[in-house]
Amino acid sequence: MDRIPILKMGPFLLVTIQVDMHDQMALLLQDDLTNRISKEGSRGVLIDISALDMVDSFIGRMISNISSMARVLDAETVVTGMQPSVAITLVELGLRLEGVHTALSIDKGMDLLHSRVGSGNRRGAPKPRA
Amino acid sequence: MAILRSWKCPLAQSDDVVRMRQLVREKAVGLGFSLVDQTKIITAASELGRNTIIHGGGGEVDLNEIQEGARLGLQLVFTDQGPGIADTELALKDGYTSGNGLGLGLGGARRLSNEFQLQSRPGEGTRISITRWR
Repeated sequence: MDRIPILKMGPFLLVTIQVDMHDQMALLLQDDLTNRISKEGSRGVLIDISALDMVDSFIGRMISNISSMARVLDAETVVTGMQPSVAITLVELGLRLEGVHTALSIDKGMDLLHSRVGSGNRRGAPKPRA
Repeated sequence: MAILRSWKCPLAQSDDVVRMRQLVREKAVGLGFSLVDQTKIITAASELGRNTIIHGGGGEVDLNEIQEGARLGLQLVFTDQGPGIADTELALKDGYTSGNGLGLGLGGARRLSNEFQLQSRPGEGTRISITRWR
């Protein structure tokens, strides 16, 4: 089955969703990410959805689940790049994505992760994880 | 109301929902829907298409390009021969779910549409029609 690739960037995991996901694919991503967080000891997850032109309740639930699972594994999640039309539709649908951090761009999302996990500004000297 | 053109899309497994979303997008773009309106009807279609598969045991959707007076719209009609819905009022309530979802599908799809019609009886399947006008 098709899988969404997960990239490791230092203490973080990076996912960019570039395809229109069917439900099984979304569930697989949820499992894969949770396993990778645990295996790599990742401190943060960045999910870029700028290429998604729709987020329905299933994908919304996947995002919330990833964020909750990451939190209990001591990792922060940030969702980046949501299109304005997607945001409008999500709210009207009734999805709140409570507890999920968001940022407008990958750059801002990385800054947010760095500040949340206390690894300083990423443009500064890299700090090894304790 | 006149149906100008019509397309059919089967809904049997989860990747059929992906194909249906692409078809709905194509038709919404063709009708000149704004980006927000495209997103709304694609999202509503996604919710209802999933319901047809999960709760209705599969079915199909008709995409109708419709005209009423001077206005054009896209009507989507989801039909299945599944167990039907016993209490349609309850099914439309946010947060109510008979499966393990969020319970936002039906109510959300109604909010995202200009017109919404649900016909269902236990044992007789379900027919849901939504319309978004340009």
